[in-house]
Amino acid sequence: MTDTADRTDEIREVERIIIRFAGDSGDGMQLTGDRFTSASALFGNDLATLPEFPAEIRAPAGTLAGVSAFQVHISDHDITTPGDAPNVLVAMNPAALKAELDTIEPGATVIINTDAFEDRNLAKAGYDANPLEDGTLDGYTKIEAPMTSLTKEVCKDIGVKPRDAERSKNFFALGLVSWLYSRPEEPTMIWIREKFKGRDLVIAANEAAYRAGNAFGETAELSASRLAVRPAKLPGGTYTNINGNTALSWGLIAASQQVGLPLFLGSYPITPASDILHELSKHKKFGVRTFQAEDEIAAVGSALGASYGGHIGITTTSGPGIALKGETLGLAVSLELPLIVIDIQRGGPSTGLPTKTEAADLMMAMYGRHGEAPMPIVAPSSPSDCFDVAIEAVRIAVQYRTPVMILSDGYLANGTEPWRLPSVDDLPGLSVEFASQTNGVDDEGREVFWPYVRNDDMARPWAIPGTDGLMHRIGGIEKQDGTGNINYAPDNHEFMVRLRDERIRKIAETIPPLEIKGDADADTLILGWGSTWGAITSAVGRMRAAGDKVAQVHLTHLHPFAPNLGEILGQFENVIVPEMNLGQLTNLLRAEFLVDAQVISKVSGQPFTAGELVARIQEATR
Amino acid sequence: MTAVPLTTKKDWTSDQEVRWCPGCGDYSILTAVQLLMPEIERRREDTVFISGIGCAARFPYYMNTYGMHSIHGRSPAIATGLAMARPDLDVWVVGGDGDMLSIGGNHLIHALRRNVNLTILLFNNQIYGLTKGQYSPTSEVGKVTKSTPMGSLDYPFNPISLALGAEATFVARTHDMDRGHMQEVFRRAHAHKGAALVEVYQNCNVFNDGAFGALTKRDSRDAMLIDLKHGEPVRFGVEQERGVIITDNGAEIVNVADVGEDKIHVHDENADRGVAFALSRLAKDRVSPTPMGVFSAIDRQEYGDAASAQLAAAQEANGPGDLNALLHSLPTWDVS
Repeated sequence: MTDTADRTDEIREVERIIIRFAGDSGDGMQLTGDRFTSASALFGNDLATLPEFPAEIRAPAGTLAGVSAFQVHISDHDITTPGDAPNVLVAMNPAALKAELDTIEPGATVIINTDAFEDRNLAKAGYDANPLEDGTLDGYTKIEAPMTSLTKEVCKDIGVKPRDAERSKNFFALGLVSWLYSRPEEPTMIWIREKFKGRDLVIAANEAAYRAGNAFGETAELSASRLAVRPAKLPGGTYTNINGNTALSWGLIAASQQVGLPLFLGSYPITPASDILHELSKHKKFGVRTFQAEDEIAAVGSALGASYGGHIGITTTSGPGIALKGETLGLAVSLELPLIVIDIQRGGPSTGLPTKTEAADLMMAMYGRHGEAPMPIVAPSSPSDCFDVAIEAVRIAVQYRTPVMILSDGYLANGTEPWRLPSVDDLPGLSVEFASQTNGVDDEGREVFWPYVRNDDMARPWAIPGTDGLMHRIGGIEKQDGTGNINYAPDNHEFMVRLRDERIRKIAETIPPLEIKGDADADTLILGWGSTWGAITSAVGRMRAAGDKVAQVHLTHLHPFAPNLGEILGQFENVIVPEMNLGQLTNLLRAEFLVDAQVISKVSGQPFTAGELVARIQEATR
Repeated sequence: MTAVPLTTKKDWTSDQEVRWCPGCGDYSILTAVQLLMPEIERRREDTVFISGIGCAARFPYYMNTYGMHSIHGRSPAIATGLAMARPDLDVWVVGGDGDMLSIGGNHLIHALRRNVNLTILLFNNQIYGLTKGQYSPTSEVGKVTKSTPMGSLDYPFNPISLALGAEATFVARTHDMDRGHMQEVFRRAHAHKGAALVEVYQNCNVFNDGAFGALTKRDSRDAMLIDLKHGEPVRFGVEQERGVIITDNGAEIVNVADVGEDKIHVHDENADRGVAFALSRLAKDRVSPTPMGVFSAIDRQEYGDAASAQLAAAQEANGPGDLNALLHSLPTWDVS
């Protein structure tokens, strides 16, 4: 970074910048944002990202419906959210400007591809007049660049056709933004050469466009707008920039290695969970079997069949898929077999908002099966936490022989953050033993195997087919404890229903006690679960910095709860629960602990911002 | 693989009391399977029966093997996962026409087209038994049942045609009145590498008694059952006086004397599936001569083996997975 060092006299340093790249779905904004993020990560900033894209693969070009955006927050200190209002908007067309202008901070910098602001595009975006000329952008810092034509211009010299050249305009934008915000060029150049290997013209076009963007910054005398964000002082270690779905996939592989059992994923493609199927299907050398089933029901059925055979059966989906899998999950509860069920939540009901985030499947995870069918539930709090939560889910599943639900969401799935890589030696040790011996004696005095005899954890033996002498039958019909024989007797069912409930509650014995963050002696506790962690942590930090006393607790385990949750709730006058639903955890807490918890709800398909949380917490505690 | 000990029917019989209605066709199918198992040289420990819901689905409880009585229609999906995860096992799927053709129809056709190594026994009694007598997806049009007092409107599936259409690699039919035939067909199905579907005409003596009586009664079999034998002319009748020819319009029953012996179709299990399909369309109802035996048996890559081969190839090319390398597989940077 000698280049940057030489120019410090003209580059203003700031603690953080929030940039939002927005354009048409076909403009490559996700890629541009991703590249900017990677360069920032390698530079050493802390960061958090929020990709947002429409459900349509290609909505009509130039329309508001087709706007795809990527927000990245880079910082010289530890941050937990993609930021509140962006300081910079890159608008590749009028629709992007129209869709995003309300989201950015007053006086923000707006970087515009002026070539796209012609009559047809303006009309498609619903502008009567050109916003670049009618005062719409008064008060903003406007940086206008004819990105399309300049890209075509530099590409002409290297023999790229104008139509193809136009596709490189996002690299012009990336080059310009990288220059403005002092990002190193090298990682992007390496990436371009790697990604487009063998397609020399594409490499040349993208490199030329990037450098043209850079040069435009230099020549257009935009130096006054230049900013730099120093590397963050993060704990020492090796870092990588990771999204939630990748971290979850790796966590499952790690758990499989730790416990010494192969993974089997049965899955049906669904947004925003498909990337776990894609990721795991790449790792066959770890003994991972992935099966793209004919439907959601077959996906979970195949996973359960694999679990029966001694694999770690996994199924991945989003809310609509969980609804379809419900009956099989009930079977898994009855069979008492390990199974990992992953719900990457999205806005519902029905098809709802496939690409937008929500966390409204908690009640479905808790109660979405017929009969009393309790299932442990865990929820990651950040993209990298998905790794740890995957391992924890496998631990519970194999130790207690139970299906376990992981509730992630679209925001964690696609959002990224720097992750300090764990040492493989420090990962939790997991182990499991399959049954190998008979464990009962029948009426005639013969040694037999009974599938529902329990150990100290109230878990039944996992006796996999192929094991000598342990032939047995299991099924979804009510059975007698111990022998596993079909039993419809009234007392037996009463006993089994209570036993299944108790054995899941017993898992709490192995859940570490919750820690109170912030001011333990405060009147107000902010209690969260899932992906709200980032925004809550940031909001609590701001409030405390401003002198307010406030405490924070975040739940990973939603069922059963950590053993000291009730005690903690009793210590606070106000319990406030920000949730991306209408109050599902709040209701569970009220029911379980008779506590007057208040919800702060958000169901717009967008994650909370720290700023809005501060305001709403202050309002709730006034 | 552990050596296979000698066993008898008793060794394959569980300690559970069989609870089908007295006179149910399921009894003879169970006996046929239990008698066959000692002969097929697999250990009880390596054998798994998976079923869904319905009368037929109680089957696993009566076999002294590993077994799962799962949920309605899903047995082919569960068995697919098990067979993929554990190619060393001998996995059987048992269910009725409601279980496998109605609620589980989707799983059945996909298991067939993928060619997962499963032996699938479809007990077809053309009625819903366990829910007490509603029409099924194989019931004839106009069937009067509790749910169809004025007669059913649904046109039935032909399970053999369906399986062939679903790209099954082994498709056969047998019936519950002929243990020897059942055993031979089950033996062939079991020996087939891939998904093998056997439709078993099975009598429900409570809700649909005699559905196949015109075909399967001992004294009518010669005239009504067309035994398909690989490499032999397709002939039937007390005097083998009738036969099947294949024309542009499909399969057709003729008097051998009218067309000459050399015109009679010679059955080829491995041949073009169009002929197998034509044979599956031969009987238009349950009172017409009906083919029995193996309609089609072709070789195609088995799914679980192919999936395992991909794992082996990935390990061969890249070595076994290294978790530390995986964690460092995206761009990384160091903070000191």
